[in-house]
Amino acid sequence: MLEIKNLHANIDDKEILKGIDLKVNAGEVHAIMGPNGSGKSTLASVIAGKEEFEVEEGSIVLEGEDLEELSPEERAHKGIFLSFQYPVEIPGVSVTNFVKTAINESRKARGLEDMPANEMLKMIREKSELLEMDRKFLSRSLNEGFSGGEKKRNEIFQMAMMEPKLAILDETDSGLDIDALRIVANGVNKLRNKDNAIVVITHYQRLLEYIVPDYVHVLYNGKIVKSGTKELALELEEKGYDWLKEATV
Amino acid sequence: MDLKEKLVSSFLAFEDGLDLDNPVHEVRSAAIKNFEEKGFPSKKEEAWKYTSLNSIQKVDFSIFPKKETALEYKDIKKYFLHEIDTYKIVFVDGVYSSYLSETTHDGVDVCLMSSAFSKPMFRQVIEVYFNKAASKDESLTSLNTAFSKEGAYIYIPKNKMPKKPIQILHLATGNEAALMLQPRNLVVAEDNAEVQIIERHQSLTDNEVFTNSVTEIFAGKDAIVDYYKVQNDASTASLVDNTYISQKDNSVVRVHTFSFGGKLIRNNLNFYQNGEHIDSTLKGVTILGDKQHVDHHTLVHHAQPNCESHQDYKGIFGDSSTGVFNGKIIVDKIAQKTDAFQQNNNILLSDKATINSKPQLEIFADDVKCSHGCTIGQLDEDALFYLRSRGIPQKEAKALLMYAFANNVLESVRIPELKARINKIIANKLGVRVGFDL
Repeated sequence: MLEIKNLHANIDDKEILKGIDLKVNAGEVHAIMGPNGSGKSTLASVIAGKEEFEVEEGSIVLEGEDLEELSPEERAHKGIFLSFQYPVEIPGVSVTNFVKTAINESRKARGLEDMPANEMLKMIREKSELLEMDRKFLSRSLNEGFSGGEKKRNEIFQMAMMEPKLAILDETDSGLDIDALRIVANGVNKLRNKDNAIVVITHYQRLLEYIVPDYVHVLYNGKIVKSGTKELALELEEKGYDWLKEATV
Repeated sequence: MDLKEKLVSSFLAFEDGLDLDNPVHEVRSAAIKNFEEKGFPSKKEEAWKYTSLNSIQKVDFSIFPKKETALEYKDIKKYFLHEIDTYKIVFVDGVYSSYLSETTHDGVDVCLMSSAFSKPMFRQVIEVYFNKAASKDESLTSLNTAFSKEGAYIYIPKNKMPKKPIQILHLATGNEAALMLQPRNLVVAEDNAEVQIIERHQSLTDNEVFTNSVTEIFAGKDAIVDYYKVQNDASTASLVDNTYISQKDNSVVRVHTFSFGGKLIRNNLNFYQNGEHIDSTLKGVTILGDKQHVDHHTLVHHAQPNCESHQDYKGIFGDSSTGVFNGKIIVDKIAQKTDAFQQNNNILLSDKATINSKPQLEIFADDVKCSHGCTIGQLDEDALFYLRSRGIPQKEAKALLMYAFANNVLESVRIPELKARINKIIANKLGVRVGFDL
């Protein structure tokens, strides 16, 4: 589904990603772990098309199509979804209005009519129940005054509504208490199927106890320095990242 | 003859038609003297540095409308908040239109200044309140005072509240090639009274209109006044709005100013706190394009302890439009425990648009909380990326962010239908399609 080859990316002429190779197939869950500043969030942003990053070399291909020339919105229309580490607060726009707008703009881009209102409402009800969200929550301004847990739950709610092919979860576990973590992970697990893929970016192994990955990659200093199965995450938890740093210097 | 000369020489003819024994006559005479002395404000004055009235003074305005023009309600319905039942005080070319209005004397007085000036039953209120809050010094206010004759008169006695909100609508038909209007409004809410007022000026053609308006608002103890100014006029209409508000203990006065259209708008909004535990709220949304110009000059004078004021003005400026925000806060030495908040945020959409924003704090008390903030910028790139990553195209995402930015000010609007209407105007202005349930 997703194939990243030799990806180099800069911000303000500083090289952050220094040659990343990653292949994700439909139905798989990949975890990308690594210490702070290793380039994890940059990788997520570059896949989603954030324009302040310059791709200097390499390619990102989704289902055979090179994404290089595509805007963030076009990538979203192709089925890429990024769950933000720090979701932005948008006062005056309710959660419901926001997801409606997002869904209908994506449908428009695919040449479809707006989703009928009753269908939309039904879907909103189902998906908000999946994330154990209060109905009142949906009429609040997007992310404004939300707790960390509410913000992340709202991100996964949007993921559920958008039904992406490839979802990238950037530090979705940060700022979550154990109950919120369980709800969010449970939501993600229910959205897993053989046709989509999920990339989980995390600093800690904790989230991976709930969302069990098929593969684990360690990102360090802009490169994937080690790949393995879920046991690698446990090893990292135990030993920290230092042994890898030493191995790569 | 320039406009000043014309106005001064017309004053005698104007007074001729009125009762010279009325005490208001002396107030008018003193006012025209002050205007004659000072003339129109020029850019040399600090308070008018960024707003020029030069071009207006060159226009040959008719200063007395000639006749009443009949308008059909269906043709002007859209300028009313017609979704709800309201009292209406409507003026066509400065002349009261009884046909379009709905006034009342049922427990409260919602009627005309011309009646209040001439009828004995209103004389006492006029004596106590008329021209008591308005500046005697400011030349344009004096000009209005000199020619004060017509406008809205709203008197809410103690513990009363009108059954419905009140709309004041000033229409200009374009029957005159260029028309100058000087409405004078008086709003009195006695102790524990409450009132909601919506004011709008609307020119129906492209003929030039210049309005120099004065509104005095008095809020008694525990009174609540909500005043909404909808400024979405034709591109050939200019407005100088002088509003003076005097508040007593525990009163709440909120003024919202929505500036979306017009050639030149100058809002002089002045709050005087004459009691304790007063709450004054000043909010504004300004969205401009073309060569439009809006200048907000606010003044909050904290003269007593334990009062609050909240100012929140948001502006979006496109094309070659220009904006000014000058927010003055005075805290007297005795006004301890004052809590004064002022915020002015602006977005510039084009290289040619400009905004001049200036807080002016004069604080003489030592135990006060005064905060002010001003931002001028473009849209937040991270927020834009967030929306785009959800499939919302760049243009729509920008519009949505601006909508959110402006919309935030509407939270304190207490008439839901008005809020929805303003929301819609903002969405249209910004080109937000969104399947919004407004």
